[in-house]
Amino acid sequence: MDSTLATIVAAAAPLIYATMGETIAEKAGVINLSLDGSIMLSAMAGFSITYVTGSVIVGFLAATAVSAIIAALIAFASIELKLNQIAVGFVLTLLAAKLSSFLGTAYVGVKGTHVPHLAIPLLEDIPFFGTVLFDHNLSVYGSFVVLIGVYLFLYRTRRGLELQGIGERPEAAFARGIPVNKLRYLYTVIGGALVGLAGAAYSLDVKFGWRENLTLNFGWIALAIVIFGGWHPMRVAFGCYLFGALQVVALKLQPVEALQGVSQILPIMPFVLMIFTLLIVYLDWFKRFGDRHPAWRGLLTSDPPAGIGKVFERE
Amino acid sequence: MRAAWAKAGSKSIAIVLALLFTALLLLASGASPIESFRLIWQGSVGDGAKLADTLMAWVPLVLAASGLVVTFAAGLWNIGVEGQVVMGAIAAAFVAREFHAAPALIITVALAAGVIGGLLWGLLAGMLRVFGKVNEIFGGLGLDFVATGMVVYLVIGPWKRAGIASTSGTDPFPREAWLPTIGDKLSPIAVILAVLAVVGVYFLMRGTFFGLRLKAVGANAASAHIIGLSTRRYLLTAMAIGGGLAGLGGAVQAIGFQHKLVPAISGGYGFLGILVVLLAGYRAALIAPIAFFFMMISVGSTQLSLRLGLNSSLGGVVQGTLVLLTVLVGGWQAQRARRREPTEVES
Repeated sequence: MDSTLATIVAAAAPLIYATMGETIAEKAGVINLSLDGSIMLSAMAGFSITYVTGSVIVGFLAATAVSAIIAALIAFASIELKLNQIAVGFVLTLLAAKLSSFLGTAYVGVKGTHVPHLAIPLLEDIPFFGTVLFDHNLSVYGSFVVLIGVYLFLYRTRRGLELQGIGERPEAAFARGIPVNKLRYLYTVIGGALVGLAGAAYSLDVKFGWRENLTLNFGWIALAIVIFGGWHPMRVAFGCYLFGALQVVALKLQPVEALQGVSQILPIMPFVLMIFTLLIVYLDWFKRFGDRHPAWRGLLTSDPPAGIGKVFERE
Repeated sequence: MRAAWAKAGSKSIAIVLALLFTALLLLASGASPIESFRLIWQGSVGDGAKLADTLMAWVPLVLAASGLVVTFAAGLWNIGVEGQVVMGAIAAAFVAREFHAAPALIITVALAAGVIGGLLWGLLAGMLRVFGKVNEIFGGLGLDFVATGMVVYLVIGPWKRAGIASTSGTDPFPREAWLPTIGDKLSPIAVILAVLAVVGVYFLMRGTFFGLRLKAVGANAASAHIIGLSTRRYLLTAMAIGGGLAGLGGAVQAIGFQHKLVPAISGGYGFLGILVVLLAGYRAALIAPIAFFFMMISVGSTQLSLRLGLNSSLGGVVQGTLVLLTVLVGGWQAQRARRREPTEVES
């Protein structure tokens, strides 16, 4: 049991990075739709740079830089050129994915370094929690730090409040002297950097290596989970662990005799199930249920940041 | 007029930049850009067989892109287009496998089934949006996953190849269900269907009240509602048309090109169609030539992997770069125009 939970926690780590990054960007009002391509290109960059330099840290930095640049491009196109964020993000999704295939050819199937295992002394001896939470590697611990950090930043600091302000009511925030567009740049790029960490976490930890389309569809799932989690870090994290659990279950079912005929379909099932959960949660009926039972409301429904995807222009 | 020149200008700047970027990538991977471009040209339109390949890839792309012009006009991001292509292919495959009749009848029914399969899948995403308030991007994405799951399930499950289940595809369909061809591959029916679709969508958007109203709904749903248009009906109709055309593309792909059902039956034509429409500035008139150019790149770049050992995804890189740069340069020019005449309203 605890080892299964530990596997889920590890499998979900990259998604935590990606979804937290996207949550920050979207809460600031910018949709970074490029996740599926960003993660892929970062995964390729992280692995190949680690392979060339021999340093996992440099690999992670490179991966971070790649996705941060893509995010900066989206912010620039949206804020400066007033282009549609969805359009630019979509094109970058496909472009980054193809670039990863092209540039990564030489590294397919190469055996490289990965993030070393590092159990945390003392904490790992705690029964149950020790195995589940503290018997991993730095990439997984980092996901805890990012999750808690984003939560505290958004809801416990003044800057976090500002961030929510520029996403919800940019005009009001601007009137209070907050540089809306400058901060949108900043948070989109920081969000992109976190998305890059997700890529490196896949190729240097969860999946050990690079092949074409290594992280296919994980970016789309991350985008969906952010909506599912109602832009709240804790609920988003719940979505990530739920998806991680679905993946682990699918993996465990693969050798089951009765499912032999259809075992190849199992890897797709978590995506299908997750999206169905999202669809159900997002049906109007569910929202009305939330309205009728206010106690459940906070848990079940939430609205997107009011200024999301809209260009802010000072009058 | 000036705007038209600016548009043409931005397109050529983007093309030049995209070519430069591609040349740099090729140089970095140790290949000669000139030689590579020559291989792409020869590999796509160099002889009759290659041209047939390119045209047969052009057909589903044009069909998907034509449908996307309609959904974009309604203001919808039909990311579910991939799933709609797949469902069209599944429906056509079902007919091809299960029906036994005269070839003309099977083919007609299979193509119609493809339209219906894609149409229903598009309508489903539309209904989720209209009645369930599910954003069409994520509803469509979910339906993409479901469609992919379904095709993999069929290929390795109920429709598996006699004896062994393998992801390489089902048994080939009976010969009667194949689209008739000139030469080895080129199916005139498929090409005619694509031309009809793109011309039909052009006139639908340019010359009918429906097209006009659809654009009104897409531009401003609230105002359209106030002047008495049923936004729901227009959104659903747009999704049905978009899905139906994408489904037809899937059907052609199944019975005209692959002649069996494979897991990757969509060929990525749905998403590529979105790029084509973005590059065409959402206008039907430019779909056919841009799609042809895209398929020259895609089909031609397989030569790069055969002859130069490069990864054929270079084609996708070129397409993506071209669209990205066109969009960015277009945005940059619009911004300069805004700065020059700050009062001018963007149209």
